[in-house]
Amino acid sequence: MAIYTKEQARKILEKALSFSTADACEITLDGSNSGNIRYARNTVSTSGQRSNQTLVVQSNFGLRSGISTIDEFDDASLEKVVKRSEELAKLSPENPEFMAPLGPQKYDVSNTFNEETANITPEFRTKVAESSIKPAGPKDVTAAGFFNDSASFNALMNSNGLFAYNKSTNLEFTVTMRTNDGTGSGWVTRDFNDASKFDATEASNVAISKAILSKEAKAIEPGKYTVILEPAASIGLLTRLFYSVDARRADEGRSFMSKEGGGTKIGEKIIDERINVYSDPLHPEVPSATFNGQGEPLKKMKWIENGVVKNLAYDRFWAKEKGVEPIPYPSNVIMEGGDASLEELIKSTKKGILVTRLWYIRGVDPQTLLFTGLTRDGTFYIENGKIKHPVKNFRFNESPIIMLNNLETLGKQVRIDGFLIPYMKIREFTFTSLSDAV
Amino acid sequence: MKRRQFIQYAGLGTGAIMMPSILLGNNISAEALLNPGMDVLIKKNMADVALNTAKSAGATYADARIGRYLNQYVFTREDKVQNVVNTESFGIGIRVIVSGTWGFASTNTVTEDGIKIATLQAVAIAKANSRIQKDPVKLAPVAAYGETSWKTPIVKDFKDVPVSEKVDLLLTANAAAMNNGADYINSGLFMVNEQKYFASTEGSYIDQDIHRIWPTFDVTAIDKKTNKFKSRQALSAPMGMGYEYLDGLDSEKIAGPGGIQLYRNSYDMVEDATAAAKQAKEKLTAKSVDAGKYDLVLEPNHLGLTIHESVGHPLELDRVLGYEANYAGTSFATLEKLNSKNFKYGSDIVNLVADKTHPNSLGNVGYDDEGVKTKKWDLVRKGILTNFQAIRDQVHMIGQNESHGCCYAQSWNDVQFQRMPNVSLEAGTEKYSVDEMIKDVKKGIYIAGRGSFSIDQQRYNFQFGGTLFYEIKDGKIVGMLEDVAYQSNTQEFWNSCAKICDKDDYRFMGSFFDGKGQPSQISAVSHGSSTTRFNGVKVINTGRSI
Repeated sequence: MAIYTKEQARKILEKALSFSTADACEITLDGSNSGNIRYARNTVSTSGQRSNQTLVVQSNFGLRSGISTIDEFDDASLEKVVKRSEELAKLSPENPEFMAPLGPQKYDVSNTFNEETANITPEFRTKVAESSIKPAGPKDVTAAGFFNDSASFNALMNSNGLFAYNKSTNLEFTVTMRTNDGTGSGWVTRDFNDASKFDATEASNVAISKAILSKEAKAIEPGKYTVILEPAASIGLLTRLFYSVDARRADEGRSFMSKEGGGTKIGEKIIDERINVYSDPLHPEVPSATFNGQGEPLKKMKWIENGVVKNLAYDRFWAKEKGVEPIPYPSNVIMEGGDASLEELIKSTKKGILVTRLWYIRGVDPQTLLFTGLTRDGTFYIENGKIKHPVKNFRFNESPIIMLNNLETLGKQVRIDGFLIPYMKIREFTFTSLSDAV
Repeated sequence: MKRRQFIQYAGLGTGAIMMPSILLGNNISAEALLNPGMDVLIKKNMADVALNTAKSAGATYADARIGRYLNQYVFTREDKVQNVVNTESFGIGIRVIVSGTWGFASTNTVTEDGIKIATLQAVAIAKANSRIQKDPVKLAPVAAYGETSWKTPIVKDFKDVPVSEKVDLLLTANAAAMNNGADYINSGLFMVNEQKYFASTEGSYIDQDIHRIWPTFDVTAIDKKTNKFKSRQALSAPMGMGYEYLDGLDSEKIAGPGGIQLYRNSYDMVEDATAAAKQAKEKLTAKSVDAGKYDLVLEPNHLGLTIHESVGHPLELDRVLGYEANYAGTSFATLEKLNSKNFKYGSDIVNLVADKTHPNSLGNVGYDDEGVKTKKWDLVRKGILTNFQAIRDQVHMIGQNESHGCCYAQSWNDVQFQRMPNVSLEAGTEKYSVDEMIKDVKKGIYIAGRGSFSIDQQRYNFQFGGTLFYEIKDGKIVGMLEDVAYQSNTQEFWNSCAKICDKDDYRFMGSFFDGKGQPSQISAVSHGSSTTRFNGVKVINTGRSI
């Protein structure tokens, strides 16, 4: 399937819109091509390619709306899908929270598409697998990994004159290396819009080194420890904090962001004053779309400034209820970092634990944002500025709020899962039990 | 959850945020759900196009799955309908073995030409990957079943029930909760119909019609003075049943300890929402648990999830062998432990069974997604590990030559692989009620319903919460508790299993969206048990101040 250009997408959307007889109509057109390869036990297991394209029409009459979808774009199909959405709208119950589509908007242009990524072939994917499998054998480790690449486009048009278009590419790679004696495990993750930044051999070697370094881990008592969290470890907890920026839940009194006595925590200092979090679709390291599914423009937005909650996300309905401007959810998250490298963070640590990754994170108490989970694939004891030995994995029970109040040092930022997150040194991170898992 | 999914669903409310992308298929009208779909004879012809194309291109094995997946979801909050979604997804997935290597491709162009193209893509992928293949695929033999069919034994097809009736039920449940002190309620109905046609070069043509349903809600109560909020989830279970699950039959109700109402094969949503509101409010002032060791009395709707995580997943052979090492992980239950024939998984009374045949369960189908007739088999007998869960291309690795029939793909466009069957704890053989069990406990906690769950990648160390907690002192329930989570190690936990109630208390809990694989696929699975006592389990207090 082709990735439609802006003009091709516009033409299809205009044609579809011409069949509308509803009070308002909003149409999105999406398409993607993706390919993947999966391997384990040092050999390939499955791989596949996938294409899809979809046109979604939402028609509304008053507060009633109906949605219909189709994957063929000839005139007859376009007319059929618009009519079907109108029939559905007439039959549906009224939604008192329905918001009429937005009028024309201005969007920034973000550099989310890369030709090289869009042209990845099955042979490229096989080579990625080989980059892990080949070096694994001689080091007496076994590789299990997954590589996925995609190219996609997304366009939106409505009867109030709005038109938006974006195309993007993405690749994601993870590999787990386990030593053949079963006592060591290492892992790495990489993701980019631009394939030229991706080096499968370099990444695979990081996982191999961690696997070998983590062999024959020693048990140490669970308790409160100073930890150095790699971005792959902290992101699991941080995203849970970033996901709780919904203003409505906060106003309703059922969110960590709810303020005692009513209202939200906007303007309150909740974490260490060195922490600044914002989103910016134009950031060159983590570019993302400049509009969301409703066509709202996405701009640079501060969420936490000097530890203070600066903004929460208001959907259009809730913004109207509260008499404020809508603030869409972010399409990426950037947490400002410091200058320290991982090596420097280790060097400045008298006694602590280096954590590669946190796993199986689940909420325990939404009131305090308490989460539980475990360390995985490389946990090391640090003494007097050096990695002393690997340690057995721990279960933690910790809140990102407590964690970010116990910040010791911010390190350099790393791109992870489309976000930019710094290395962090944290005091008194709570480990509650030991795990035998490798 | 990946960042992109977060963005996609963020605007749809919390229910939608948790919804896997597969469930957001093509939208159709409720009436269109009733369309019978492609005739079975045409399906056979189409499947033969794939099988013949594959064989001509050099495949030593091929299967084709023509799937029509129909879903209906209804979401409401308080007095508002948020969304009614009807979706249909139709296409064919073709899997081949060429040069000892799997290849898979799919298409929604279910025509002779479309199928030929997809089949040749699957062949090309297999050929490309065979270059780095080290272990050629070996399939366990399977019978040729010819042309056959199977249907979930439902009484009421959800597709025949008007949407307005479903909306009325949810809004009535919501009103019941709000009238009994709830501040908020989100409720939803998930209904699934998989119409699957399977054909393979082994000589089977299998037509199946599978139904599942899950009514659920989440009630929140807020204490504005203290700024505390607590929620209470539904005590329903997702089931392999039709709309009759919502009949709320008195004969399927079980009176639980602490005055709670529990449900077997029929659910009374309005009654449960009423109770949920009262219990959510009670939770706001419940006693915070003292950390320490307790005897736990675990109700089936709670225990099912513990079984799922600590027995179901570690006994999946593909995990044991390392095929899932990069995602879900591996397993503490190694081949050596199985082969020793004396690995003590649990105490002598622990019998854990895998089963794809139990009526009303989510895993119940006639044949799996590679054409193997389903069955029931032991995983743990009298506390000893006796078997894993395996499919055609892996079962030979544990010296067996018959697939267990637990292969599944979430859709026609995903490749099938080993998925968990229902894994259940057999009921106690002697007559023993929940009341009797509680009488026998000196210091304990009764836990009902599912809550927070987390377990490590080899399934040793776990931590579970629940929906409702009641303190047991000297054989009596003395009041509600909060901030409870228990931590244990799988083998230690199952060896602390002291007593199991009899079959009168036996019922299912289920997981509608169990995730596994890369790209991740969901599947639905049930876990049966009776209320069970575990002695001396470590309980932690999860309360914090920030």
